[in-house]
Amino acid sequence: MVAVYCLGIESTAHTFGASVVSEKGEVLSDVRDTCASKPGTGIHPREAADHHSEVAAKVVSDALSRAEITGGQLDGVAVALGPGLGPCLRVGATVARAMASWLEKPLVPVNHAIGHIEIGTLTTGARDPLVVLVSGGHTAILAFSGGKWRVFGETEDITLGNLYDMFAREIDLPSPAGPQIEKLASKSSNFVSLPYVVKGNDVSYSGLLTASLAKLRSGASLADVCYSMQEVSCSMLTEAVERSLAYTRKKEVLLTGGVAANGTLQKKLAEMVALHDAVPRIVAQPYTGDCGAQIAWAGMLALRAGETAEIADTRVRPRWRLEDVPIPWRTNSA
Amino acid sequence: MSQYLGEPTLPKLIYRGAEAEIYLQDWFGELAIRKNRVPKPYRVSELDSTIRRTRTLHETNLMHEARRAGIPVPVIQHLDVEESSFIMEYVKGPTLKEELYVVAPQMRRRRCRDLGKLIAKLHEGGLVHGDLTISNVLSDNGKLFLIDFGLGNFSEQLEDRGIDLLLLNRAMKSTHVKFHEEIFDAFLSGYSAIVGRKREVEILNKVHEIERRGRYSERT
Repeated sequence: MVAVYCLGIESTAHTFGASVVSEKGEVLSDVRDTCASKPGTGIHPREAADHHSEVAAKVVSDALSRAEITGGQLDGVAVALGPGLGPCLRVGATVARAMASWLEKPLVPVNHAIGHIEIGTLTTGARDPLVVLVSGGHTAILAFSGGKWRVFGETEDITLGNLYDMFAREIDLPSPAGPQIEKLASKSSNFVSLPYVVKGNDVSYSGLLTASLAKLRSGASLADVCYSMQEVSCSMLTEAVERSLAYTRKKEVLLTGGVAANGTLQKKLAEMVALHDAVPRIVAQPYTGDCGAQIAWAGMLALRAGETAEIADTRVRPRWRLEDVPIPWRTNSA
Repeated sequence: MSQYLGEPTLPKLIYRGAEAEIYLQDWFGELAIRKNRVPKPYRVSELDSTIRRTRTLHETNLMHEARRAGIPVPVIQHLDVEESSFIMEYVKGPTLKEELYVVAPQMRRRRCRDLGKLIAKLHEGGLVHGDLTISNVLSDNGKLFLIDFGLGNFSEQLEDRGIDLLLLNRAMKSTHVKFHEEIFDAFLSGYSAIVGRKREVEILNKVHEIERRGRYSERT
């Protein structure tokens, strides 16, 4: 039977999301509820999991009703089994297992990072891109080869999302803090010197975090530090991407993940990509952050390729690396 | 080389990498190579000029120190810090990568053994290359020159030395599949002849450890 509808459930971090997509790639619904952290704190895994348990039933039923379909019409239930926070992942996995078994539908495990890539290619029409995945959990430069996504470069320590969130936590802003840091940064154009660390195709952000906080404590204005930290962090990543692009000679660069919403990063990448006769592709705005649609669509692709799992084989995988995931639905040079 | 003098095609762009352009040009009657670190539009200008300046200084400094340690590297003839560019001696090549395809088996083993001695001397001199591939080695009638120290460093750490060997092994594997073991073994025999068997074993263990960590495992 040909799959027509797939439900996707996302619960890897602060967001519980559910979405229904069609085989043609139409996102019929995309409902989410995010656990707000208190200013000056990050995500608390147990509190976020409690939040997810409370909202799960409503989010899933809203996703079905907005898509105007019933559970019986689904052809598969996809769920993000990782990477992410264990307690949060278990909520989504439990809901998905229960639904799949009650509705007698195939259960489709999805890697959350693969979801970011697939929703990016779906919404931009990218065919064979160099992928720049930036979020709270990832900062990685990837290209597809030999049936899997290969890492060309990545952060050697904290991610770009971490950098912004950890900085924000110290100055009592709530996370995710990217948009607020961007807003503060836009009030300054006074560059203060901060460490710029690119090692081949890799970046390292932990020293930049320490130095930015030290600048702030030594009396630099918050706007100046935000502006400079954003300039340095985005320029570093753009340079690492440029090295990978010069090496792989791809013609498209896909920016996806939560931090893809950052205007400075978008602008820098576009400026660099133009130097190499390539085009930038930026994931559609509603799907930058974590959402059910990324899981539903990656799940649809996996379902059509026969990548389903028995319930016993769907333990959560908090540290699941995306380069371990076989991608049978993608051919080498699309 | 006088036939090149006054040739209107010089300076000629011969390579464009991610951060630098390499030109062949005339330098007081001799052919020379100019490496230009080009400005990047995506960096604010203060940051951009600092990065290009410090990297140019760092690279030329490493080349100078490598020469002092007895490693053949192109002689630096002119350094323009403000322009982030430098001019160096033109070494014709071919690259070792190209040469290994065409020479007899005995000769390719000798070249790789020579390279092993060279890298051992570099490491003993407190330097690591950082981007060691057989494309970054030129063979001028059998005399080997190391080029492109852009990712190099002053380091005596086993980790950094191990990465040099790992990168070289990976490069040999990807371009000379049929005799990659033979040439890497020849490289190791040369390396070992300088540093001794004990240090060789230490560094090979480190290479395996780095590989197991997966950060630098085969990705293409």
